This record gives sequence, C-alpha cells and structure tokens, in this order.
Amino acid sequence: MKEKKDTIDKSLKRKHKLQAKEVKVFYDDFKAIKGIDMNIRANKITAFIGPSGCGKSTFLRLFNRMNDYVDGFRMEGEILIDGENIYKKKVNVEQLRKQVGMVFQKPNPFPKSIYENVAYGLKIQGIKDKNYLRDKVEDSLKQVGLWSEVENDLNKSALALSGGQQQRLCIARTLAVEPSIILMDEPTSALDPISTAKIEELIYELKEKYTIVIVTHNMQQAGRLSDYTAFFYMGELIEYDKSKKLFTNPEKQQTENYITGRFG
Amino acid sequence: MNNIKKNRLLDQVFKFWGIACTFLGLILLTIFIGSIFVDGIQRIDWDFITSLPSRKAERAGIFTALMGSVWILVLTTIIALPVGIAAAIYLEEYAKESKMASLLEVNISNLAGVPSIIYGLLGLEVFVRILEMGASILAGSFTLALLILPIVIVSTRESIKAVPKSIRDASYALGASKWQTISQQLLPASFGGILTGIILALSRAVGETAPLIVIGALAYVPFAPASPLDEFSVLPIQIFNWISRPQHGFEVNAAAAIIILLLITFVMNGIAVYFRNRWQSKLK
Repeated sequence: MKEKKDTIDKSLKRKHKLQAKEVKVFYDDFKAIKGIDMNIRANKITAFIGPSGCGKSTFLRLFNRMNDYVDGFRMEGEILIDGENIYKKKVNVEQLRKQVGMVFQKPNPFPKSIYENVAYGLKIQGIKDKNYLRDKVEDSLKQVGLWSEVENDLNKSALALSGGQQQRLCIARTLAVEPSIILMDEPTSALDPISTAKIEELIYELKEKYTIVIVTHNMQQAGRLSDYTAFFYMGELIEYDKSKKLFTNPEKQQTENYITGRFG
Repeated sequence: MNNIKKNRLLDQVFKFWGIACTFLGLILLTIFIGSIFVDGIQRIDWDFITSLPSRKAERAGIFTALMGSVWILVLTTIIALPVGIAAAIYLEEYAKESKMASLLEVNISNLAGVPSIIYGLLGLEVFVRILEMGASILAGSFTLALLILPIVIVSTRESIKAVPKSIRDASYALGASKWQTISQQLLPASFGGILTGIILALSRAVGETAPLIVIGALAYVPFAPASPLDEFSVLPIQIFNWISRPQHGFEVNAAAAIIILLLITFVMNGIAVYFRNRWQSKLK
C-alpha cells in the first residue's frame, strides 16, 4: 500500500515539475503576491497572463530566486521543484539556476563575442575543455537555429546581432547550461513580428525537452503557444486551466473581461 | 504671442550668457598657458630634462624632480589601485543596504573634501614617524595614495553602477556566483570607466605639493632616487622652489618645468579620454 502511494507521489512529482504552496510575496509593506497555490506540469508550456503589475513576473522569478536581489523582498510559503523546496536554507542558489534557466524581456547578451556568450554558463562551472565547449556552443546555437547565421562570426561581438538574433542567442546561452526548466519573461515583447514568429516556433520545439513557463502580454501568443494558461490579477491567481478552455470558455468573469480586452 | 516672444528672447539671452561663461574659463586658461609658454618654451631642451639641479639657473635641470614624480606616480598607483577598486566593489556589490555601508559612504565623500595638507600631516605621523619610512618616496606614495583613494573609490563605484542591470541578471540567471559576476562581467564592462577615474586621480596626485612638503620631500636632491626608500623631490616642489628664488633665470626654469608638468597631466587626461571612448564604443 505504502509502495503504491510512493509511486503515485513520484508520478505526481514528475507531472508537477513546479509547485507553489500558499506563496505570498512582499516588497517592504506592499503585498505583491497574495497567496497562490499552483502546480505546473513538466514538458508543457504554461503561460502567465494578466495586466501590468499583477504579480506574474514576480511570481515567475520566484522559481529561480531572482527576486532575492530585490530590495525589501520577502516571501512566505513554499516553492517546490521536483518536490524539493528551493527556498530552504541549504539550497545552492547557483546550482538551482543551472537547472532553471531564464530568458528576459529585452535581449541582454553580454558585451562579448557570440562564442563567449554561449560558453559563459559552462565556463563559470569550471569547464575548460576547448573541444567540449566548442561542441556545446555549436549544439546550442543549432538548437535555436542561429548556427547557420553566425558560424563564421563566432568571435564577433554579440551586440552586432539584430534584436531577434540576440534573443535567440540568449536562449542558446540558457540551453548550453542544460536546464530542465526555462522561464521566459515576455521574451518577444521587444521584437518585430518576424523575429517573434521565429522565437515562438523555437519555444514550441523546446517543450519536448524542457518545462517552459512564459509571461506574456500577447493574448494570441498565449493562445497559440501554451498548453496551460494562468490569469493573474492584483497578486492573485484568478484562473488556471488548459489554454483552450481558458481562452474559449473561461470560468470567471474577470478572465473573460481581460481576454476579450475589456480591461487591462 | 507676447509671451512666446518673451520666452524666445530669454532663450537667446541665456544662450549667450552660457557661451560667455564657457569662454571665460577657456580664455583665462589660454592666457595663462600662453604666458607660461612664452616664458619657458625656449628653455626646454634635452639637457633641461636630463640635468641634475644646480645653483646656476642655466645649468639646472629637472631630472631628479621628474624621476621623483615618476616614482611617486608608479608607487601611488600600485598602492591605491587594488585598495580603491576592492573597496568600491565591496561598497557597491556586497554592502549595499547595511547601516555600516551608508556610514562608510558618507565618510568617503567627506574624505574627498579634506584639504590635501591634512593628508600630509597624517602621512608625516603615520608613515614617516610611526612606520619609520622617513621622508622617502614610499612615505610620499602612501600619503598620496590615501589622498586619491576617495576619488578612485567614487569613480569606480560609478563605473560599476553604470553597467546595466540586465547584464547582472543574465549572469546570475546562468548560475554565476557573485564573484564570478563581478570579475567576469562587471569589471570588464566597467574597465574603461574605472581606468578613466584612476588616471584623473593620478593626474591630480602628480600635481600635489602641500602634502609632500609636509612629509619632508626636499627641494634640492642632488641625485635621482634609485629605490623607494630614497629621499626625493617632485616637479611641483621644484617649481615652487625655483619661483621663490630672486634670480630671473630660475623663473624661466620654473616656467619650463610647468610646461613639462602640464604636458604630463594633459597626456594622462588624453589617455583617459581615449580609453573612455574606446570602451564606450565597445559597449554599444
């Protein structure tokens, strides 16, 4: 009986890659997240939507502890990854971030060469083997479809790339570290439609190997891309469901108002 | 309508007032440098730079003072650089929120405003007497290092602060530790700014006179210093000494030495500007 329960627990864990339990976040006296319970599935794309300031980015950044550097940040509750609480004292934050990659709103390549950008995450782990690094850089750039565009310019500054290329480079840089989860904070909001389409296609391909959580302001994007969508409002999780269901037949009036553009 | 005209007039008036103010400083500086040049330029030749001091104005040179200045410059850099940069990194990246940090910050800003002669007195007591360095190059360098430390710290902090937050975010998000982020992203990205600040601080140090006189730097040194523990003179002291002599020949010498000193500071500032531009274009 107990064995059976264990296997159920394990399969649950596998299904629920990320879990939030009664999470509250404060910035000094301001309550940014007001108590959220949520399970995020493995190898799915989960979209966070909601008006600006609703707490979705803050919530996203809990999963790789990027809020730790924000002045006045305080958190209650638990965040679990594969069943492990990542806010326990003994958790190695650097190790955690190798497992949970992040892509930011504005492409933010380092002011270094394309090669150095992709190799950085590996080099800081102490990997010095040139051949391994080279293979890894090539591999990561191929995964994001950038290799053919830059293979002869690996030593050129990453800042010379276009915005869309830079963002794909940032994704490649994240993949090189081999995370299992990728957090994306409005990854296409600073890009033109063509670059956006490329990135979306890429994200869709990535879900085979990775669990992806994406914050977006673009309803269409959330609709086409994600398997699950969560609607946040004023620091609360209003509705969380399969994207198809949420966008066609939302349970809550607030969600409907938001996705039909009546507010926000 | 009337109001718009009035505003335009005011605009024009202020523009010309601004131009006049800008040129006032420039013109005064040009007059000053011009008159120095007229006085001193014919005295400058290779002999003037390589000759030892002498009682006779026409045979006296700046060699010992120049070498003293070079020694001081190099040692001051070696002392002030690691200390200043490390302190700046600590204040900017590690100690951000503590009360201790804000206390330190206020103190550093205040130190930048302390008259240089006070540093001389400090150097005299601590380095010359307590640490028994004597009136040596080493004591002078430590004193000047203290003097420019606040400038180095403040300018380094500004440069580190200017690195976009997105670079830090990217580095941390890839699993970099704080020190890795600092040493591999923040310092390289802010290197140009840090260098500029240091060179500007050093060009201040090379012109300092008062603190070195207080710690006992000499106006007359017969030989160029050969080790950090030797007695020394520096260019500003040499200039000061020559100007205070009655013979006209020494006045000419002083003007010529001033030209050399100006040249050194201009070149240093030029290098600072060069690096700033180069690193700015690299970051774009």
